[in-house]
Amino acid sequence: MPETNGPTAFDELGAGGELRPAYAGIARYLATAGPEELAAKRQEAEALFRRIGITFAVYTEGGDPERLIPFDVIPRILSRSEWERLSAGLVQRVKALNAFLTDVYGPRRIIQAGLIPADLVLKNEGYRPEMIGFTPPGGVWTHVSGIDLVRTGPDAFYVLEDNCRTPSGVSYMLENREAMLRLFPDLCAAHRIAPVGHYPEELLETLKAVAPASAGPDPTVVVLTPGPFNSAYYEHSFLADEMGVELVEGADLFVEDDTVFMRTTAGPKRVDVIYRRIDDEYLDPEAFRPDSVLGVPGLMRAYRAGRVALANAPGAGVADDKSVYPYVPAMVRFYLGEEPILANVPTYQCEKPEDLAFVLANLDRLVVKLARGSGGYGMLVGPHATPAQREEFAQRIKARPADYIAQPTLALSTVPTVANGGIAPRHVDLRPYILFGREIRVVPGGLTRVALREGSLVVNSSQGGGTKDTWVLEEDPAPPAEGAA
Amino acid sequence: MLSRTADSLFWLGRYTERAGNVARGLAATWRMAMLAAPRGTAAEEWRALLVATGCAPGFLAKHGAVTQAKAIHWLTLDADNPSGIAACVEASRRNARAVRTALTVAMWSSINDTWAELRKAGPDAVSGDRLAGFLDWVQARTLLFNGAAADTMLRDEAWQFVRLGTLLERGDNTARLLDARHAAFDPKADPPDPSSWQAALRAVSALRAYQHVFRARLTAERVADLLLLRPELPRSVRACQQRVQGLLETIAGMTGRRGACHDTALAFRNDLASARIEDVLAQGLHGTLTRIIDTNLRLGEEITALYLSGR
Repeated sequence: MPETNGPTAFDELGAGGELRPAYAGIARYLATAGPEELAAKRQEAEALFRRIGITFAVYTEGGDPERLIPFDVIPRILSRSEWERLSAGLVQRVKALNAFLTDVYGPRRIIQAGLIPADLVLKNEGYRPEMIGFTPPGGVWTHVSGIDLVRTGPDAFYVLEDNCRTPSGVSYMLENREAMLRLFPDLCAAHRIAPVGHYPEELLETLKAVAPASAGPDPTVVVLTPGPFNSAYYEHSFLADEMGVELVEGADLFVEDDTVFMRTTAGPKRVDVIYRRIDDEYLDPEAFRPDSVLGVPGLMRAYRAGRVALANAPGAGVADDKSVYPYVPAMVRFYLGEEPILANVPTYQCEKPEDLAFVLANLDRLVVKLARGSGGYGMLVGPHATPAQREEFAQRIKARPADYIAQPTLALSTVPTVANGGIAPRHVDLRPYILFGREIRVVPGGLTRVALREGSLVVNSSQGGGTKDTWVLEEDPAPPAEGAA
Repeated sequence: MLSRTADSLFWLGRYTERAGNVARGLAATWRMAMLAAPRGTAAEEWRALLVATGCAPGFLAKHGAVTQAKAIHWLTLDADNPSGIAACVEASRRNARAVRTALTVAMWSSINDTWAELRKAGPDAVSGDRLAGFLDWVQARTLLFNGAAADTMLRDEAWQFVRLGTLLERGDNTARLLDARHAAFDPKADPPDPSSWQAALRAVSALRAYQHVFRARLTAERVADLLLLRPELPRSVRACQQRVQGLLETIAGMTGRRGACHDTALAFRNDLASARIEDVLAQGLHGTLTRIIDTNLRLGEEITALYLSGR
């Protein structure tokens, strides 16, 4: 995540007295609500979340295993016109990512066209040779995608990363809205907020749409979870519950005659579609990691035989890899013949000599990351590093340029947030969820993550980030009347 | 329904019921121990309760000699005791969490709030004059759970398995708590021990019920009859067993599968329906209760084999 430029960040409510119209109602509310009221709302929200059991277990921290993700009660607001542009960009991007996946497990046209290096794709850790020559039903690989967006100005949105494997967080999007409706009924009623509550229905339709032909008219859908110790278990059970389908673990399923069954009190029952929330490597010990106890032996055989559908498709991860990310705009042009609606964060690939020279000359202004791998490991935040650290990192980059990418530091937009007994701007990002079954659908809004610490740009829930409800207003607000302050 | 889900629902019912029953048994024993203290036999009371709740081996391994304070801690807050209240609540929440989707919000809240509250309890929560309030609270929480289940659950398979666990456990607990005082029910016992009969009734919250049914002085025969064979007492072994058998029939109808557990439950039910308390006491209450406890154990295993293990 890039570091802050602090004071220059774009504030979505409006900086310097210029209130942005979408936030007019919120600004009015905040002007009247004192810190006590906000503190009380916040406590009420926490009690609510704790009661319904939304928690984000971070067992490795050794802390409270039922720790809550902090919820900030001030919503983040997008106007209808802002959202429509984002939504069109997301649909376009997801189309291109799916076309890319069909291509790289099939004819590999994009590689032959020289638009992306073969090794980058074929030797990628997310690439699954087991999927070569196989196209999932309808050419859909990413039934559920989460695309992380950041904003730096009124019209400046960037894609920070694509999540094509098992993106999480959608339960927070839904529960945050429920909490807001309960805590702020008047404020909600004063805005025409596009609903998000139909997401589970849309998800179920998406999953049913990809059922194998042999499934019959009413396919059996299940959610496959690694179990209660997974940090997203609450979400798995929530989604299964909302869809009215079974939440299964690997041990609940078995494969016979290339058909998947679940163990029930009435005996074995056939399963047609699996919304799996476990990683590729653990899906099937016969095909992937033999030591996996979370998966189902023979699942990949059943999948390749077309007897069961998996969402998302195994191997979809190659499309969201950090090293593949810089090529997504090229995918949009190559497969769709369109200009990308959503821009990437400019990314310098150190394996390209001209990019390498630029990066080495501008280390004090860039964030340098490992092209593969996740988290903050092996990362240089140029503006915050000492000259000695930059020099040391420069040597590492020169030694293995292909391992590194660099991006400019972005001033992420801010939204008013309850902090230190008052209200202060805090940096946010946005993860909308895109469903792809018979067609592509985006539920308006998504999950806004907020960095609660002053100046911080780290929104990850594992590192103290919080969430906000995201409102997409049904109609664009009228511009403020002339003379209005 | 997934076999694993049925298993969790069954144990959710069992552990929640067990927590409430340990609290009932403990409250009755605490009272008896106060009366016994002047005679120096309080430790006997605690030992009997530890045996009845199946908590004795673990206790003896950890503590050796039985004292009131140690026994109370072992039965309430000590997480090392798998049948203690804290461990039962932990286990019932673990099972509830595993099948969150099969529960109503009201059921989940009742479990989760109990669990959250209990986690905050320090050792002083069960010391001195706070113990009685704590035990009342545990019973109230299990009643809330049962009420939430009864009032909010669809009468689907999930309901049947929760109730099956609850009632199998309840009947078993009544048998065990009565067995803890079986010596007082020997017709040849001399002198008669009415305070033990009273304690046996208290241990299943049935003292008032006795008066409503018999409107007469306590006798060993009537107390044993009420707790063992009277169908109108919801915690009697027979009432619980009747309902267990009925639930198993319903489940057979819902799943289309039946097995050994159905035969065992029917035979058990018929035995209890035809039994006469005079005969039971003449042959020895302890022997009958031992057979009942063993039958419950076997029934649990047969239910697991047919429905809960997914084999």
